[in-house]
Amino acid sequence: MKNPINGLNKVFDNRIRLGVMSVLMVNEEVSFNDLKQMLEVTDGNLATHLVNLEDNGYIKVHKGFIGRKTNTTYAVTKSGEKAFSDHIAALENMIKGVK
Amino acid sequence: MKYKILMITLYYKVLFMSRQNQLETLQEISDIKRIMERSSRFISLSGLSGIAAGLCALAGACFANNILNNYYLEYNHGGGYTDKNFESLKIKLLVLAGIVLAAALILSFIFTWRRAKQNHLPVWDLTARKLMWNILIPLIAGGLFILAMLQYSEWRFVAPACLIFYGLALVNGSKYTLTDIRYLGYMEIVLGLVNTQFTGYGLYFWAVGFGILHIIYGVLMWWKYERQAVKGQ
Repeated sequence: MKNPINGLNKVFDNRIRLGVMSVLMVNEEVSFNDLKQMLEVTDGNLATHLVNLEDNGYIKVHKGFIGRKTNTTYAVTKSGEKAFSDHIAALENMIKGVK
Repeated sequence: MKYKILMITLYYKVLFMSRQNQLETLQEISDIKRIMERSSRFISLSGLSGIAAGLCALAGACFANNILNNYYLEYNHGGGYTDKNFESLKIKLLVLAGIVLAAALILSFIFTWRRAKQNHLPVWDLTARKLMWNILIPLIAGGLFILAMLQYSEWRFVAPACLIFYGLALVNGSKYTLTDIRYLGYMEIVLGLVNTQFTGYGLYFWAVGFGILHIIYGVLMWWKYERQAVKGQ
């Protein structure tokens, strides 16, 4: 039997990182504050996980300005999209495999 | 015998563990779906908002009907058309339209706000902004277009234009909220187009499109999405 853990992505083990990816998959560009509001997490916590995702090349960061305030937005990269779809496929296989 | 019991316990342990895993995985997938849904669509739109907006529109249409009847009464008795009467009619109708719009917006906002609070969701978030923006584009374009028509006293296509632009706004906004609203949009557009062939009956079409259709839509949406929540309380 194939090991069902195969294909699961370590990076998406964390609920917040998984949440960020879920939001970015369906929205072109999302600002830090909107992510924070949607996932109900603290600044520091979210920032750490965003850095992690960025280091993995799954999301890209765009630093902009609205007036004088910084407005950082995040978008998913091609490789992030692929990694996330693979992760979902692995999850779905796990459900099917156990049945 | 002992060996057999051990085997059975082990077997059930494995079954139980994989069952546990399966549940966790299912939970994870449903979380992902929920976040995707919630971050891309504004789901707090309440059916009661539709009903309230519809009632405002019907009340407004009744008032407008009275105003028009009075105008024609004066028209027939006072010996025909006067610029003064026509100007005052225009202003009265515009003020009435403004009041109806404001009342409908405020009431629908209250019910939607209440529903968001009940579900512990933010009222003004990314999805609300997207929905608002996408509805406002056709709506503002339509509003300015209608004002321009009135500028040239072209009143015959005011009601059809209201219905058509509103319908387009709903279809455009449906990508960012409950998809059912798209069908309301289609109906408004069709109603508006039919109205272009019966221009004398604009107020009736307007009352059906903004009053009756809103109420029907509101009741259906409430029945589909909110009835359960009320029962559960």
